[in-house]
Amino acid sequence: MRAILVVAGGVFRDSIRDRIAYGLVFFAVLLIAASVLLAQLTAGQDLKIIKDLGLAASLAIGVLISIFFGIGLVAKEVDRRSVYSLLSKPVTRSQFIAGKYLGLVVTLLINLAVMAAAMYAVLGYMDWMATPELRASWDAPALDPRMLKAVALIGVELMVVTAITLFFSTFSSPFLSAACTLALYVVGHFGEDLKHLDKLVPSQALATVGRVIYYVLPNLAPLDVKGEVVHGVAVSAQHVLLATLSSGLYIGVLLTASALIFSRRDLK
Amino acid sequence: MTAHWTALIVFLVSAIASQVALEGKFQRPIDTLPPVTWLRSPELSKRVTLGFDSLLADAYWIRAVQYYGDAKLSTSKKKEYGLLYPLLDITTTLDPRFNIAYRFGAILLSEGYPNGPGNPDQAIALLKKGIEEMPDRWQYYHDAGFVEYWWRHDYKAASEWLLKAAKLPNAPRWLEPTAAGMLARGGDRDSARALWSELAATSGQDWIRSSAKKALLQLDAEAVIEQLEFLAQRFFDARGRFPASWNELVTAGLLRGIPLDPTGMPYMIDSVSGAADVAPDSPLFPLRRSDPPPVAALDR
Repeated sequence: MRAILVVAGGVFRDSIRDRIAYGLVFFAVLLIAASVLLAQLTAGQDLKIIKDLGLAASLAIGVLISIFFGIGLVAKEVDRRSVYSLLSKPVTRSQFIAGKYLGLVVTLLINLAVMAAAMYAVLGYMDWMATPELRASWDAPALDPRMLKAVALIGVELMVVTAITLFFSTFSSPFLSAACTLALYVVGHFGEDLKHLDKLVPSQALATVGRVIYYVLPNLAPLDVKGEVVHGVAVSAQHVLLATLSSGLYIGVLLTASALIFSRRDLK
Repeated sequence: MTAHWTALIVFLVSAIASQVALEGKFQRPIDTLPPVTWLRSPELSKRVTLGFDSLLADAYWIRAVQYYGDAKLSTSKKKEYGLLYPLLDITTTLDPRFNIAYRFGAILLSEGYPNGPGNPDQAIALLKKGIEEMPDRWQYYHDAGFVEYWWRHDYKAASEWLLKAAKLPNAPRWLEPTAAGMLARGGDRDSARALWSELAATSGQDWIRSSAKKALLQLDAEAVIEQLEFLAQRFFDARGRFPASWNELVTAGLLRGIPLDPTGMPYMIDSVSGAADVAPDSPLFPLRRSDPPPVAALDR
């Protein structure tokens, strides 16, 4: 465990040193703050727009950081040959993979917490400025704690995306890893269409392939409850728990496969 | 270092100057480009958003409101509102719980031409879509009743919508008597007042509130106009002609002064027919007493 934490600490320090991550998070915070101005463009629904923009920016920036850093996690170490010095220490290849993953996930979760805090700060300002009449017209309170469920599930989604990126990073070039991760991210949101492919294509074989892909690949759609929480629609704890558990299992599969591939990889 | 700063400033000033020069020579005729929506299918729009559907719904909502505003404020002889319904349809498909898009959208769609497309059919269709998604929201039934009552003048249908609304949880008590009043007396002013007062009191949106307050003032003006036309008729009975101005009614002792509408503008009188109305430059002009728009206008 100590070896994993040492590798994770290295990733975390690298991400702090890298100003691009700062820049992206700063951009997200700026975007969330600017949503107050954007909301003025429309008739009503300013609170909804701020919540939508806050949650969407947190996810989009999180996915960008996840892919941007994830693709280089293993490939960069191999290219720079720094992987040799790391693996010459008492660190197994599986621990190396687990540490890399943990380090990036901690970075992502801290960034997500910063973005969520920025969103709540803007919402707090809106709540403070609102008249009782305006508050009565809102679907859900400005500082609705139920939004934390969406934030938590965004965190889980980022963990899945990081696991996918890391998986590709163990055997592929950074560019290809990014492309494949993006492709799986897209497919992950088309889960229902894959499941019901038989309604779209006449070929039964193709429909079966679609269904197999649906079950094998991580389904990201259940992790998206942004639309629900913005309107104050209840998201059950059971849903959050099951979606997290299922994602955790897929993360387990991806990390195990990553460790398996990396442990067999000839680094000479 | 100073040379760098000098070069930077020189380049920046030159770049801005070139931009100004280009602007004068290569102005694109952006005003002539018709507004279009590339994604016509709401279902396809929802599929391609990859979890950002709610945010895209906001973008479409902003676009719908701005499209309506641009069309309404345009000086063109033929105002074009053709994209309003598709934009609202995409908005509500991307975010099926977008409450204001249904309620506000229905008001915009039903607003008579030239202030809106004058299409109550589409307004009702949008509200029915909202009811399908959230069948417990009595406000959608109320709004559908309002469209039937105010724009289609179909008092039976309006009453039926209000009765449906009255049966829903949290529905206000006044819905049932208002529905009964509509059915019994048709287009009476009290029912209209009840509907507009509800919108003015409960809407969180400034635009809807001010629109409802304006409609309530118009109803007040209509009541005064009825009284003024009655006095003009009395003048006609005595003199065999309608008064040319309010001064004649004042001189005849029928009025105490020039009658003013609720915004402080004097009413107008037609010396040929004796019909009274608000002045064309009054904020209350035109009054909404006319019949529903013809079918041709609805198809626009």
